[in-house]
Amino acid sequence: MKLTLHIWRQQNAKSKGRFVKYDLDDVSPDMSFLEMLDVLNEKLIAEGQEPVAFDHDCREGICGTCGVVVSGRAHGPRDRTTMCQLHMREFKDGDTLWIEPWRAKAFPVLRDLIVDRSALDRIIAAGGFIGAPTGSAPDANAIPIPKEDADLAMDAAACIGCGACVAACPNASAMLFTAAKVSQFAKLPQGQPERYRRVKAMVRQMDFEGFGNCTNHGECSAACPKAISLDHIAQLNRDYLRSSLRADRRIVSEVGAG
Amino acid sequence: MAGIAIDVAVAAPRSRIAAFFGSTVGRKMVMAVTGVFLVLFVIGHMIGNLQVYLGPESLNHYAELLRELGHGGLIWVFRGTMLGAVALHVWAATALTLGSWAARPTGYRRRQQYVESTYASRTMRWGGPLLLIFIIYHLLHLTTGQAHGSFVVGDVYHNVVAGFSVWWVSGFYILAQLALGLHLYHGVWSMLQTLGLSHASYNRLRTVIALLIALVIAIGNISIPVAVLAGFVS
Ligand code: HEM
Ligand code: FES
Repeated sequence: MKLTLHIWRQQNAKSKGRFVKYDLDDVSPDMSFLEMLDVLNEKLIAEGQEPVAFDHDCREGICGTCGVVVSGRAHGPRDRTTMCQLHMREFKDGDTLWIEPWRAKAFPVLRDLIVDRSALDRIIAAGGFIGAPTGSAPDANAIPIPKEDADLAMDAAACIGCGACVAACPNASAMLFTAAKVSQFAKLPQGQPERYRRVKAMVRQMDFEGFGNCTNHGECSAACPKAISLDHIAQLNRDYLRSSLRADRRIVSEVGAG
Repeated sequence: MAGIAIDVAVAAPRSRIAAFFGSTVGRKMVMAVTGVFLVLFVIGHMIGNLQVYLGPESLNHYAELLRELGHGGLIWVFRGTMLGAVALHVWAATALTLGSWAARPTGYRRRQQYVESTYASRTMRWGGPLLLIFIIYHLLHLTTGQAHGSFVVGDVYHNVVAGFSVWWVSGFYILAQLALGLHLYHGVWSMLQTLGLSHASYNRLRTVIALLIALVIAIGNISIPVAVLAGFVS
């Protein structure tokens, strides 16, 4: 296959970027999208040019490191697929592709197609964890959990934090990500102790990072390689409302422990 | 052991009220709760409007009844509540919209290919301001009369028929009701989602309810100027 690629090139976070056009012949339909970029980079290196910087790690769709916008679709045209798992057979010979980084104020471009997604890490750091005793692992089935809840928590936990939801959202909102990280614990007994503090802290950090607000378009879920459901956003909303209505518990007495 | 200094910007905690009204999720809930008031109001208002089909006595009597409720005091409580709801709704909508616009300073070169969003969801920010203009015009037209050519205090039936006999007035009302229908189709669904009312077993129902409310309100209200223009109501 022959492809015409318009790729965003940007030297560093401070410089102004621009699109550069590349013609690539001999693209095999069996290549993954990232392998196609590898081939382009080999060619660029051979010609003495700077290769295109892009993020990737596992290349098997589980780490959430890869991700670019291809002709207006985050992670390209195929549903439930990361960039690394997208194959060139999804495109046609002679196609022109516009390849851009995730665009959001909270995701500054570091170089070419690589953006800084540490804003998502800070949302996690604000509350996306549980308190657990250290020591040997507890018995797996010591706490009974309804199958339905376990499944819903697992669905939420499938989030790989790639940021495609933010990239695809017309508002650049991180609600689907934050909701998945709230919901995976809200459904489980282990997540209860911090449940209402967690949702408040994570939403506060999400807003602080400069993401937009959710208007329930649903583009996030459509772009998500793990098809995280909008129901988790409703779960976050529910928990946020409850958490806002509850007075923070005051310490009544400091004596009595013993 | 020497600690590693990590430069992490963290949001400062705020009081409960400030945190709620300052957050995107809290503001969205303000929009949803005021949305509940507005939706219930437009449903009741439409049912009231349809009394135009029962003739002048019916409609005028109904209007008088509303004005005299609680010796004329209740209508002001009611008007205050509705104006407050509109004000809060518009405040939240504006604040959130500005926030979202700021959240993507550099847009995509290739326009985003929409998959899941609807025409209704993408026009909320156009339809909303149009509705605001309509609400102001509508109050000046059929409540206070300044924007009406032959306003008669207390003769609601006459005001409606005379008002809608002007084609462009009817045209604007029809346009505004189409916008309201679109706003409600996404709005009612979105409102349920924002209030956390979602469950896999009932999610289909949310879309159906939103569609039903949007259609009934738009068709019911649009029928009135159409009936006047067609000479059906005179
Ligand atoms: C009769 C008048 C109105 C009714 C019945 C109504 C109803 C609603 C409802 C139910 C929602 C959903 C709330 C949510 O997303 O949780 C909503 C959202 C919204 N409304 Fe209104 N509204 C009205 C007037 C207005 C006006 C005058 C404006 C603006 C000037 C406006 C702007 C918006 C915007 C921007 C949204 C957010 C859309 C989104 O989040 O996707 N609305 N409205
Ligand atoms: S490289 Fe790990 S998900 Fe694509």
